[in-house]
Amino acid sequence: MTATLSRAEAGVAPAHELAGTWHLTRLALRRDRVVLPIWIVLLSIVPASTVKTFTQFYPTAADRQALQVGANTNPSYALLYGPPFDLTTAGGFISWRMCGFLALLTGLMVVFTVTRHTRAEEDTGRAELLASAVVGRYAALTSAVLVAGGASVLIGLIQYGSMVGAGLPAAGSLAFGASEALAGLVFTAVAAVAVQLAEYSRTANGIGTAVVGAAFLLRGAGDSTVDARWLSWLSPIGWVQQVRAFAGERWWVLLLPVAFALLVGAAGYWLLPRRDVGVGILPPRPGPARAAASLRTPFALAVRLHRGPLLGWTIGMAVVGAVFGSIASGIGGLVGSSPQAQEIMARLGGSEALTQAFLAAMAGMFAMVASLYGIQAVLRMRGEETAIRLEPVLATSVGKLRWAAGHLVFAFFGTAVLLLAGGLFMGLANGLRTGDVGGSVGDSLAGMLVQLPAAWVVVALAVAIFGLLPGFSAAAWAVGSLALLLSLFGPVVNLPQAVLDVSPFQHPPKIPGQELVATPLVWLTAVAAAALAAGLVGWRRRDVG
Amino acid sequence: MENAIAISGLHKSFGRTKALDGLDLQVPTGEVHGFLGPNGAGKSTTVRVLLGLLHADSGDVRLLGGDPWKDAASLHRRLAYVPGDVNLWPNLSGGEVIDLLGRLRGGLDEKRRADLVERFDLDPKKKGRTYSKGNRQKVAIVAALASRVDLLILDEPTSGLDPLMEATFQYAIQEEREQGRTVLLSSHILAEVEALCDKVSIIRNGRTVESGTLAELRHLTRTSITAELAGPPNGLAKLENIHDLKVDGNRVRFDVETRSLDEALRRLTEVGVRSLVSQPPTLEELFLRHYTTEASAK
Repeated sequence: MTATLSRAEAGVAPAHELAGTWHLTRLALRRDRVVLPIWIVLLSIVPASTVKTFTQFYPTAADRQALQVGANTNPSYALLYGPPFDLTTAGGFISWRMCGFLALLTGLMVVFTVTRHTRAEEDTGRAELLASAVVGRYAALTSAVLVAGGASVLIGLIQYGSMVGAGLPAAGSLAFGASEALAGLVFTAVAAVAVQLAEYSRTANGIGTAVVGAAFLLRGAGDSTVDARWLSWLSPIGWVQQVRAFAGERWWVLLLPVAFALLVGAAGYWLLPRRDVGVGILPPRPGPARAAASLRTPFALAVRLHRGPLLGWTIGMAVVGAVFGSIASGIGGLVGSSPQAQEIMARLGGSEALTQAFLAAMAGMFAMVASLYGIQAVLRMRGEETAIRLEPVLATSVGKLRWAAGHLVFAFFGTAVLLLAGGLFMGLANGLRTGDVGGSVGDSLAGMLVQLPAAWVVVALAVAIFGLLPGFSAAAWAVGSLALLLSLFGPVVNLPQAVLDVSPFQHPPKIPGQELVATPLVWLTAVAAAALAAGLVGWRRRDVG
Repeated sequence: MENAIAISGLHKSFGRTKALDGLDLQVPTGEVHGFLGPNGAGKSTTVRVLLGLLHADSGDVRLLGGDPWKDAASLHRRLAYVPGDVNLWPNLSGGEVIDLLGRLRGGLDEKRRADLVERFDLDPKKKGRTYSKGNRQKVAIVAALASRVDLLILDEPTSGLDPLMEATFQYAIQEEREQGRTVLLSSHILAEVEALCDKVSIIRNGRTVESGTLAELRHLTRTSITAELAGPPNGLAKLENIHDLKVDGNRVRFDVETRSLDEALRRLTEVGVRSLVSQPPTLEELFLRHYTTEASAK
């Protein structure tokens, strides 16, 4: 009904379509006053803080030349970080090492932000409350775009300022900051479309993050495959790298994200009046009048709530695993024939050792990503609680622990399923190339499984937060991100080992390649068990709601 | 077992906010009990303590002879709950939710379920949020009333229902009463409570301020009388328990407390009554008087 009204109204008073945007923007900023500054600070100060590390690690021209040769010859580097244009300067190194990841994270930030202030508001019915006030049809979307886009621009500006401040060339710093800001705007536009298509905020987040992830993978595949370089040009994250900050800036590349953001953003605005408030373009289908006989336990309910997301994540992990697995074996073979390259290769333990190290490093990455799924599954409990869907369930003969158990099965074993799916497909793809499917699958599954206790520590900490500090449940994401950032960027910014060790992902043995040592696994499992127990005790004792 | 619900001296605070401040509530088995109070009086907090969702700070709470916090899961087999605000899972249909909640409680009455779906005119195939607020409410009502339980806890169950469905709901509760079920009906809709309840408790600021049968509570209320007399009234002003007396020649208008009604009428007939309009006390008035006097006392 709200939509009909606003549509009729729109014909009469199109000038007011944006009415209330400013108020909604301030409301959004107030609601995000903690989360958004954390994102902005983390994403904007990391590049400049790496300058010192670079000059420490690679003091001489010869060191830097060796680094360049090593990166040129190892496509797994290109897969993760992008094409190494010029690693002989600090700026070029930082740009290579970080601009892809930063664009990925900025993309996630804007997708979550836009969804939170549009689709999620409609899900809760708060949007209707606001729509009934003097608020134009485009106001909510516009305010969300302003907040997300503004944060992106701010990140770019701080990156530019801090890199210049750290003594890097102004032109390169500007190209870096501008391309990161534009990546944020590109994904803001993607999110503006996703929230029109999806029926629920969860779906909108899913579509948005899938696009961000696909953009990262696409350029990874393009950068690491000699005869498919063009793939990178299809990816907005690829554009960020192709700007070539600090390596002979190509300013015209910036036009690509500008055009993309404008076109896709316009599509979002075009779609918006073509759907009703609270409903997506993709229409809801009716369900069964009666429940299946199996829908009779809290676990069966948890299955209904978790199976969709878990399936999506599993497919994603399998695809990514297959992509990484298929290039793993080529790493050794593609190493150049120059004596320098051969020497580096020998130092690293030969071609096979290189492949193994790559597979082990991938296992670590997969574990970090899988732990994010686990956090999401744990926080689903808090979501059920705050959406007051939990109350009617607990008013039946379902106990609090029994209810939690249904969700926790997915949080913990779902994480394991993701690692196994990633490991299986990575091993298969690698095995098909090398001809040793059995050995390769075994190696890569083992590599994934030793990471499982580390991922479980993060998931269990999320349970502890849910049980003991329910009001701060979002902090579970901070725990997960901290572990991830420590392991991804910690070594690059030269943090001391004691700090790095805070991340559970630092501890499992790197398999294949290293010896299997049980001690860290036992410890990690014990820490996870303790955090899980603390969380459940807290949950049993605390008030619901 | 005498009381299905027995609460005495219940306290519950959220941080510095006192939600319940020594609340008492007795609901004998088989009674339909109205639980009245303005928004924020503590009705929902009480209900949530009864459901074992909140842990009482202090006070004694017995539910169906058990401890609602410790024995929650086993007690909940014998009760059904309708919240005032119903949120459904987006990917489950209304029919699935009814079946799920019924089964989690330990089974539902198939005949009653079909009958209620029909009477409440509910489309069980729609999914979660495509229901309107009233229809979401109906899903929860059908799920609760289709269960074979001893006690129904209803927390403003009819919010969002249209008058036709409200009537259907009242009829369904009458049936439950005939089955001998105990009902705790939290509400601020007085007509609903007057139509359904044997007894009411009125709470305010987390405390019980009145409790009794409707007849008992009406004793505490005033009857409004407007009369035209044969001559000027005499002695009315001196009577105790007379309020807002207005005399205009032979016409009088006043409110009288029930205990002095007899005496006041005698004074009128002494003079001679030409016409008389009397308005009986309503629960509404009782309600308003409690809140306005306490609010002005603040």
